Amino acid sequence: MERRFTSDVRFDVNGHTYELSVDNRATLLDVLREQLSLPGTKKGCDHGQCGACTVLLSGRRVNSCLVLAVTCDAAAVTTVEGLSSRTAIHAAVPPDEPPTLHPMQEAFVAHDALQCGFCTPGQICSAVGMLEEAAAEEVDLDEHEIRERMSGNICRCGAYVNIVAAIQEVAAR
Amino acid sequence: MTTFLTSLTERATQPAVGVGSPRIEAWDKVTGRAPYAVDHPVPGAAYAWVVQSTVARGVVHDVDTSRALAEEGVLGVLWHGNAPHLEPVGDPELMVLQSPRIAYRGQVVAVVVATSPEAARGGADLVRVREEGTTADTVLRIDHPALYQPVQVNAGYPARSAIGDVDAGLAEAAVRVDATYHTPAEHHCAMEPHATTAFWEHGCLVVFDSTQASTAARDALAGLFELPPQAVRVVNEHVGGGFGSKGTMKVNTVLAAMAARLVGRPVKLALTRQQLFALAGYRTPTIQRIRLGATAQGRLLAIGHDAVSQTSQLSEFVEQSAVLSRHMYAAPHRLTTHRVVALDVPTPVWMRAPGECPGAFALESAIDELASAGNWDPVRLRIDNEPPVHPEERIPFSSRHLVECLRDGAERFGWSGRDPRPAVRRDGEWLLGTGVAASTYPSITWPSTALARATADQRFDVEVNAADIGTGARTVLRQIAADALDVPAHCVAITVGDSAIGPATVAGGSTGTASWGWAVTKACRLLRERIHRDHGGRVPDGGVAVRADTTLDVRDRPEFSRHAYGAQFCQVRVSTVTGEVRVDRLLGVFAAGRIVNPTTARSQFLGGMTMGLSGALLERSILDPRTGDFVTGDLAAYHVAVNADVPRVEVSWLDEHDPHLNPMGVKGIGEIGIVGTAAAVANAVHHATGIRVRDLPIGLEHLVPRSR
Repeated sequence: MERRFTSDVRFDVNGHTYELSVDNRATLLDVLREQLSLPGTKKGCDHGQCGACTVLLSGRRVNSCLVLAVTCDAAAVTTVEGLSSRTAIHAAVPPDEPPTLHPMQEAFVAHDALQCGFCTPGQICSAVGMLEEAAAEEVDLDEHEIRERMSGNICRCGAYVNIVAAIQEVAAR
Repeated sequence: MTTFLTSLTERATQPAVGVGSPRIEAWDKVTGRAPYAVDHPVPGAAYAWVVQSTVARGVVHDVDTSRALAEEGVLGVLWHGNAPHLEPVGDPELMVLQSPRIAYRGQVVAVVVATSPEAARGGADLVRVREEGTTADTVLRIDHPALYQPVQVNAGYPARSAIGDVDAGLAEAAVRVDATYHTPAEHHCAMEPHATTAFWEHGCLVVFDSTQASTAARDALAGLFELPPQAVRVVNEHVGGGFGSKGTMKVNTVLAAMAARLVGRPVKLALTRQQLFALAGYRTPTIQRIRLGATAQGRLLAIGHDAVSQTSQLSEFVEQSAVLSRHMYAAPHRLTTHRVVALDVPTPVWMRAPGECPGAFALESAIDELASAGNWDPVRLRIDNEPPVHPEERIPFSSRHLVECLRDGAERFGWSGRDPRPAVRRDGEWLLGTGVAASTYPSITWPSTALARATADQRFDVEVNAADIGTGARTVLRQIAADALDVPAHCVAITVGDSAIGPATVAGGSTGTASWGWAVTKACRLLRERIHRDHGGRVPDGGVAVRADTTLDVRDRPEFSRHAYGAQFCQVRVSTVTGEVRVDRLLGVFAAGRIVNPTTARSQFLGGMTMGLSGALLERSILDPRTGDFVTGDLAAYHVAVNADVPRVEVSWLDEHDPHLNPMGVKGIGEIGIVGTAAAVANAVHHATGIRVRDLPIGLEHLVPRSR
């Protein structure tokens, strides 16, 4: 029975290498949250419809609820915890030591681009990945283009206007 | 040694209230450190997965758990045959797994608990439920034979109000409108699903819960499980949105507590997005008839507002859709009614601006129709019908600046000189239009308690069981505390989101800042007095703590009609090819008392208007009448506004001072932003196309055939 349901994988998350036995049915999202104690990545729909679980998988933004962990062997994952200077939530780090923010995280704070904060880790990972995509495609990121490219991340509190402003500020740097 | 009132080394150089600042917890939220309900590290936690009924009305004959229990990792299965007894606490929705009766499709019939999320879900697939359904009655109709007039509607308002003779007023009128509006069922879709981590410790129950009201949740759990309230603790440090759906406890909390008792270890239960559509409440659909009659000069003679909505077989919830028509405009003849019908559906609940949101779509659309019929400017028409006092209760308004909002908004928007003719502005394939609507929301205050503590090193701890559901509550409460203490905000540590702090009211009904803030202000002022009086102005080594309760203060307020008001302006274009509506600009001006934090307040207004735009154009929960199932049961089928839907949104507010509210002069701003938005959009669509859409959401089906 055991063999039927689990596989051994090895992948990097936020610069740490993990060797894990994962349930073949487990999503990357659930493994991050439940096995690796990285709950910063959120589960909003589990169906790739809301973007709350967005992480960077080998540099590209993905909905981690749509990725089976077993397919991540040898991959490198960056979560919201890995964008700041350290993997802040990891057990080895004292929780009261403030991390140094990624410019996108700083801009979200400065523009109040969040309210309840539940979509925020996904928004920020998505925005970071989106800026790299746009740079690679040499796309001019005007307001309209940012809105379009960020429309996979739902914010029910309605912080879109501020999210766009935050991303514009980082994009202009 | 510190002297509190005289030689405090750090005095506030300016008031904290009124100054914009980032929310206190923003760093935690952008780094992923902020723990939500199922984010807390809980060693040895098990996972629960819910099994739902597939009939809308009927009975569960048997639940076969044998295959699920044989599955590796499955620790137990709860169903009505083995679930612990619950004591009723007044909300029948919470009596989960207590009987074989099914009252709506999607009701919980079993819960599987396992060592991993995958095993719990796998086990749930193996539970065999033998249920029998009978014909279900699930469709709201204006002619439903079981419609009745309740005694009260939501928030305790009477179901009916009448002054003068509406029919006589209409007969006398030179210009009339008689129109019926439909609003759909809507789901809150907070980004954090309803979720709970529960564990039992020495007979006490601890839950991390996604709730807007942890005091009420604690009391409900204590009642259900027959525990003293002090044996239950509900922590809601961060809540990923609620919008009303987490205002009263839902079954996830009860089930997690039951499951944790069953398996003797902590349990995490997060409802799936799909399960939420049946289990987390929704805004009822409404059918509303508005009748207006005015003189040839544009003075209202009669206002009639008849609202119909649905509730469930389990409990009565009546959306107060017609209540705003009791005070928005002056008229000698007035009638408002509410009727409701109990269907085989889940129970509707509060959703952002219950009553006012659907009600304003109907009333503010009808006012626009009246303006068109009388050839009056819709801003002018509203200003001309401003009442001097509450037109039905005949009591004064504590403050009312709707007229100023309309004037200020019209100026900012560039309303003057607007050509009122519909369907005459064209830009390529697009027809262009502008619209306006008024907004209102009551300013309610509930009793709360708060604790203020001074330490000898000039730090102040303020604790109040507020829930910060994304409003910025903890940030504004710290500002309020700092001013009440007359110290800089950084000297104050604020703690919210824990029932152990002491009783406080729900984060709902735009009551939070007024209610919690009053308790905080009172506690801080009492603390100052105590230090001055009992300790000679010095904080002793052990510190000083004061607890305040505002029950009597709130009860003893003089009688006033207390409401916030606002005006929303909208610019749209409608494609003559596809019927697509694009909102290009939204502008809101609000008069909502004192604004504590302009940064978070602006976000609140923006968020409300964004949700209003979403409701105007996208949101509709479609119930299949054959099955009683919300077929739009996920975020691919239930559309909410995404980034690309939301244009230039501008927000401003008047500097309103109202001495009749609470010591801070705040009215509450969480809801008014959504009120009136849909009408402003619909009125703009009419101006663009000449088509009056009376059914939300405004869709291609309304506009395609006739917009060419």
